[in-house]
Amino acid sequence: MARPFIDKVVTANDLREGDVVYLTETNNWTRHLSEAEVLQDEATAKARLAAGSGDVLKIIGVYLADVTAAETGPEPRHFREEFRRTGPSNYFHGKQQRAENV
Amino acid sequence: MYKYTQFDTDFVRQRNAQFRTQIERRLNGSLTEDEFKPLRLMNGLYLQLHAYMLRVAIPYGSLNGGQMRQLAMIAERWDKGYGHFTTRQNIQFNWPKLPDVADILDALGDVEMHAIQTSGNTIRNVTADHFAGAAADELEDPRAYAELIRQWSTDHPEFQFLPRKFKIALCGSPRDRAVTRAHDIGLRMVKRQGLVGFEVIVGGGLGRTPMIGKVIREFIPPAELLPYLEAIVSVWNLLGRRDNKYKARIKITVHEHGIDKIRALVEARFALLRDSFQGNDQRLLEQIKTGFAPPAFKTRPLKAFDQHYGSNRVFRDWVDTNTHPHRNDAYAIVSISLKTPGKTPGDASAEQMRVMADIGERYGHDELRVSHEQNLILPHVHKSDLGAVHKALQGAGLATANIGLISDIIACPGMDYCALATARSIPIAQDIAKHFDVLKAEHDIGELKVKISGCINACGHHHIGHIGILGLDRAGVENYQITLGGDATETAAIGDRAGPGFSAYEIVPAIDRLVTAYLQLRTDRSEAFLQTYRRVGLAPFKTALYPETTRTGQANAA
Ligand code: HEM
Ligand code: SF4
Repeated sequence: MARPFIDKVVTANDLREGDVVYLTETNNWTRHLSEAEVLQDEATAKARLAAGSGDVLKIIGVYLADVTAAETGPEPRHFREEFRRTGPSNYFHGKQQRAENV
Repeated sequence: MYKYTQFDTDFVRQRNAQFRTQIERRLNGSLTEDEFKPLRLMNGLYLQLHAYMLRVAIPYGSLNGGQMRQLAMIAERWDKGYGHFTTRQNIQFNWPKLPDVADILDALGDVEMHAIQTSGNTIRNVTADHFAGAAADELEDPRAYAELIRQWSTDHPEFQFLPRKFKIALCGSPRDRAVTRAHDIGLRMVKRQGLVGFEVIVGGGLGRTPMIGKVIREFIPPAELLPYLEAIVSVWNLLGRRDNKYKARIKITVHEHGIDKIRALVEARFALLRDSFQGNDQRLLEQIKTGFAPPAFKTRPLKAFDQHYGSNRVFRDWVDTNTHPHRNDAYAIVSISLKTPGKTPGDASAEQMRVMADIGERYGHDELRVSHEQNLILPHVHKSDLGAVHKALQGAGLATANIGLISDIIACPGMDYCALATARSIPIAQDIAKHFDVLKAEHDIGELKVKISGCINACGHHHIGHIGILGLDRAGVENYQITLGGDATETAAIGDRAGPGFSAYEIVPAIDRLVTAYLQLRTDRSEAFLQTYRRVGLAPFKTALYPETTRTGQANAA
């Protein structure tokens, strides 16, 4: 039996700043995982990855990351993605810092 | 201190200008990322988890106050106000923005620094004993040779696209403080019939296949050093496996072909190359040596130092733990700990960098060093100045007396920054250091080197820690594997795997059990952890790590 598809988001790093970004439904890159487009099947995931990869003037290192859909938006399934959406644990830097300044 | 020649300055300026246009062309789309990536890596620019990272070389770990102050300026102006000193005597900035990188490199160029060959398949920053030029047990300052090697290897036309990265380390003392046995080439200075030369060690390395280097040549005189090194690198350049990057390092080449065959090939190549150097390198070496002349040591009374040492307990502890014998009796080598329990190993704030720059200029003949153990060194401090140095360090939170102790931990950036990581290493280091700090036990425990890596690449030297910790990803959970009995010195050894790994919550108690076992097993305080381990072996430590009761089901099988 084929394994059930795990939901995905397209993620990358911003070309200029390096900050973690996610692809939205409207083909923009957001800094917030909660605003990312959740991809629910293999074919869509592939197509959206290809679309995102073309945005070479904005991003680098594009790939698909596993997520779980939740009320508040997609949640990471792996701790690596948890760090990417939050920032390092030794300093209050990265996204967590920016979130506070919003 | 070695000063750049006009050639060095022009070369760095030119490279920076070139890279500036490459960045512009990447930003405007004329270069794809596939085209740009090798170019940025050649200039030390990586992409990590949250941002870019710029790795700046500190050749053989030496820098002066002005350079340190410039690093502080860069940290504040273009980064987040701190820098991370690494096991390869580099400094890494964790938050640079791509459009700023060319300005950062120019600012480095202003103080004779750069990021060239800090990445990519080239000969990397040449490292050396951090006590070079100062250690009481040293035969000769190895840094002049390190600088010669740096000049030879920088932009070497034949060695820009090697099978893999290539790392060289030098040590001028019988006591190996440069980990020469875990480098692609390690050079240990030895004396033969009154003549100083090098024992050449090849094929050491850590990473997924750790190897202790093997002696390829027992003695090479300085006059033949460069042609011999060139022979080694060019033999490997042809033989090294380019088909598989996990098998490309010279350690694998030596392992697959055997040291005897490699030696024969190198000697044959050396015979061809030897005469092509025509003594130019030796003239250069003589010139370079003048840049490493010892400072004008002061003569001053030591009475005040003796009194202060006798009467102030905190000062005495710090002197006993953080200073080492200098070749001039009236001087000491000071280690500044960047391992205050709870802080990130190897990190210094811009403010701390400035304090260290000031102290170095005022009391240290304007010399500072970065150690591979991620601390900073003042190689030349007159003992009469130690009191003032200690006080100034205290004011900046830099006076922790823990060099060589359990909280003096090497830790790589791990999953907090590194894109290759499988687990975090920094928080583990913080937790262990805090645990033993609260117990106030570390002076009693004595010398114990804990080294932590966040993945199999082993940037945190875990294989050669007395206690090594390797962070892995076990089914989506951070898991920490322990190795015991590793050694980074002249008696180098790869640690033994203790058994199944521990979760992040279990690791501090596990280390505590190991230490408790050691305290019970040691003959007395003079027997350090590593000696006890060598005497009794793995078994009793294994029992301590995995007592039958806690065993069942808790530690998941590795
Ligand atoms: C972006 C961050 C980093 C990346 C991508 C990285 C990558 C790697 C890789 C892939 C290896 C294995 C090489 C091999 O066996 O062929 C390695 C080894 C090593 N790295 Fe790093 N590293 C990073 C940061 C660091 C840091 C921060 C340090 C110093 C604290 C460091 C020092 C070393 C050392 C000492 C080794 C093992 C020695 C050897 O080359 O065999 N690296 N690194
Ligand atoms: S050991 Fe792994 S996690 Fe640590 S810095 Fe090296 S590559 Fe990154």
